[in-house]
Amino acid sequence: MTRLFPHPLLTLALTLMWLMLTRFSLGHLLLGAAVAILAGLAFARLEPQPPRLRAIWPLIRLAAVVSVDILRSNWAVALRMLHDGGARPRRSGFVAIPLRLRDPVGLALLALVVAAIPGTVWIDYDPGTGVLLLHVFELQDAEALRAEICARYETRLLEAFG
Amino acid sequence: MSAPETMPWWIALPVAAFLLLGSTLTLLGALGLVRLKSFYDRLHAPALGTSWGAAAILIASLLSWSWLQDRVFIHELVIGICVMVTTPVTMMLLGRAALHRDRQDAPPPARETAQD
Amino acid sequence: MTTLLWFALSYAQIALALAACLAALRILLGPRAQDRVLALEALYVATMLLFIVTGMRMGTPFLFEAALVIAVAGFVSTVSAAKFLLRGEVIE
Repeated sequence: MTRLFPHPLLTLALTLMWLMLTRFSLGHLLLGAAVAILAGLAFARLEPQPPRLRAIWPLIRLAAVVSVDILRSNWAVALRMLHDGGARPRRSGFVAIPLRLRDPVGLALLALVVAAIPGTVWIDYDPGTGVLLLHVFELQDAEALRAEICARYETRLLEAFG
Repeated sequence: MSAPETMPWWIALPVAAFLLLGSTLTLLGALGLVRLKSFYDRLHAPALGTSWGAAAILIASLLSWSWLQDRVFIHELVIGICVMVTTPVTMMLLGRAALHRDRQDAPPPARETAQD
Repeated sequence: MTTLLWFALSYAQIALALAACLAALRILLGPRAQDRVLALEALYVATMLLFIVTGMRMGTPFLFEAALVIAVAGFVSTVSAAKFLLRGEVIE
């Protein structure tokens, strides 16, 4: 069973996506399942161990926090696009953040969060030291930003992936 | 052809609002791409279009199609997930590439000054 | 109420077309290769959204397939261009 479905969630999600993109029928169910199983097997060759998710609740809370943050920073950055170089000059800069998170799936999710929030861009991550380099559009206090990223996103990902 | 005429007001209103929001944000992102001075600042501009710009337009489309076709139309969700997952990869690679090229060109690493 | 919707659809089409033009301007201006790749990313996102809005206006769901193809093709092209900038070769 595990040999045929090394990544059961991926296989299930791909089958569902196939059914949603086409009209539901038995033929499409079989075809979609075949494609999904093949994709799961191919993915197992690339990535030997499947991700181990310890708890799902932190991820749901993270999604809620992130969607609020995306709205807030969208507003802030959009205003900045209109009046850049106005009364209050804007400083942007690089911030290095030491991370405790080491799980690759957790890091991938953190990258997704950082990229989805306008105003922060993931520049570089050093897997040896675990230091993440971000570029911040409107940098006021690097220390506060470091604490915020750790408290808001990293701790929840640590709870979820360990 | 088309059917937006038959839409009741309580679905047309949010669709119109999401369309205005999404297209304005995408336009502001593109404007920032042209106006901002340094590359690392410009790196932030498309994020407006790919986060709430795309999401708002996809929500508007999802609402109107679900009304018109009498079933939940899910293509938007697939496109949305595709954009959400692929943007970080592009941005990360571009950021690293820019840093790499700047370090190659100029001995002091790029700070918040323009590196044009 | 439908006039409001038509106004919103027209506004969205114009704004997205303008966004695509601004991104194209940045591709032309440069000044460096990474600016052009970044503008290419913005260009394809704006074009994809324009396709979706046009599909809503014309009432055909087929433009979604086109939008999906643009999303995937744009992703592959920008990633390979960025990878090329990073190392000077696409596949190591």
